[in-house]
Amino acid sequence: MPTVTTLIWIALALLLIGVYLSWTAGRLDRLHARIDAARAALDATLLRRASIAQELATAGVLDPAASIVLYQAAHDARQAEEDQREVAESELTQALRAVFADSAQIEAVRAAPGGEDTAQELTAAVRRVPMARRFHNDAVRAARALRRHRKVRWFRLAGHAPFPLAFEMDDEPPPALADRSQ
Amino acid sequence: MRIGVVCPYSWDVPGGVQFHVRDLAEHLIRLGHEVSVLAPSDDETPLPPYVVSAGRAVPVPYNGSVARLNFGFLSAARVRRWVHEGDFEVLHIHEPATPSLSLLACWAAQGPIVATFHTSNPRSRAMIAAYPILQPALEKISARIAVSEYARRTLVEHLGGDAVTIPNGVDVGFFADAEPQPEWQGRPEAPTIGFIGRIDEPRKGLPVLMKALPAIVREAPGTRLLVAGRGDEEEAVAALPDELRSHVEFLGMVSDEDKARLLRSVDLYVAPNTGGESFGIILVEAMSAGAPVLASDLDAFEQVLDGGEAGELFANESAEALAAGALRLLHDPERRAGLRARGTRHVRRFDWSTVGADVLAVYETVADGAASVAPDERIGLRARLGLARD
Repeated sequence: MPTVTTLIWIALALLLIGVYLSWTAGRLDRLHARIDAARAALDATLLRRASIAQELATAGVLDPAASIVLYQAAHDARQAEEDQREVAESELTQALRAVFADSAQIEAVRAAPGGEDTAQELTAAVRRVPMARRFHNDAVRAARALRRHRKVRWFRLAGHAPFPLAFEMDDEPPPALADRSQ
Repeated sequence: MRIGVVCPYSWDVPGGVQFHVRDLAEHLIRLGHEVSVLAPSDDETPLPPYVVSAGRAVPVPYNGSVARLNFGFLSAARVRRWVHEGDFEVLHIHEPATPSLSLLACWAAQGPIVATFHTSNPRSRAMIAAYPILQPALEKISARIAVSEYARRTLVEHLGGDAVTIPNGVDVGFFADAEPQPEWQGRPEAPTIGFIGRIDEPRKGLPVLMKALPAIVREAPGTRLLVAGRGDEEEAVAALPDELRSHVEFLGMVSDEDKARLLRSVDLYVAPNTGGESFGIILVEAMSAGAPVLASDLDAFEQVLDGGEAGELFANESAEALAAGALRLLHDPERRAGLRARGTRHVRRFDWSTVGADVLAVYETVADGAASVAPDERIGLRARLGLARD
């Protein structure tokens, strides 16, 4: 009789562990989904920024030298391979900072026909990149913290999902566009 | 956009978070968005049409004071129903770590969730113990907003991860266009100093200001101190010598309109708060109304005042430093005019037009392409093992 009781207890314990592991796997699954969504949002904001930069570069509003610098950087950012992406996007950030270091440049853009909209779109784009990147890296951090846990490693709860990587880049917007007291 | 906002604190009790939620909801509605706010409230309280009541909050001792919170099966079921019926594109939860509606909403929903962290409490033991319970719920938040750099730092230290900083919003125009009240306005020989806040709450700092008052009146004999806020007036002036009591005028609780008029009228606004502030909305309101500000050097205040550029700071809890700072400003009309001009420019970043655009940018970032918010149906073990039948 005692052996039966012991067996029941063991079975119950195993069941509880199973439920707990299943719940943890669900948590991890949701975190991975969150990373995917955040990554898609980050891609979209980066693309939006590159497009508006390219549009500005080809609009003939800026001087030829600035236009070429901006065009090159925007083009490279859009064409970059996955492993070169962080560098290329950082270079676009630096190009934008260099071109709009002088607030007269952004005034020139605003003065052009339809320029007010473009300037606003650019301001929104350079502001959203750090936002989207922060949300993405926050999701990555949460997933990594859980994946490093013993229960996840020992029972391979993460399956074949690749270990999530943060997206590191320079995303400091040009001061002329970041001024919120305008 | 269909937006669901969760406010954890009772709608019928005035408070910073409640005002923030109200102003944000009204701003978004003005922009043409569909907003529904879920908040605890008594059944008798009249609610604006966009607020859905989650039932009465229960007073519970929590974190050193009595908080009015919502929990239990009934509340959880109400949250679930609200999430289900609202079919929101984004869910905005305020103070998600409070054991109230916000945490329940975090628990019950899935999809694009945005959370705003208002407080910057030092790490409490309860929080450390609750961490494993909180973590699975907080993990669902796609985007975190902190109301100040200070609040963000606390959040990063306590919960890890990161947040974007979006300040609290103020309707700058409302304060800037208020009509000054002649009897609250000072004259060069009899200036007025304003204070707004709970009288009986020592953290709001009225005792420090009372201690500084004798020194101020000695140098500037006509000075009048105007105090707006509820609390025991007798007790507040108990420490003052009798001859100084006539220099203090209590206005009691004031309406929003009167608050704006008071701030428009005074020669100097003093914020002697001694702690527990994560933002300092009153400073922004004072600056919007064009009042020169003298505030204690709390981290949050220093940040709102642009490191002391947009208003003057004094050493926290030091009545001498407060008196010296106040006298310097009262005797220097040019410096006050300079602060007024600087403040008026500085507050534009806190106007709802700017703040609202940033909040919407966050909503769009998390909601773009994502499915809308839905109740979180937990997948059972059977389903995970492939045993469930559809």
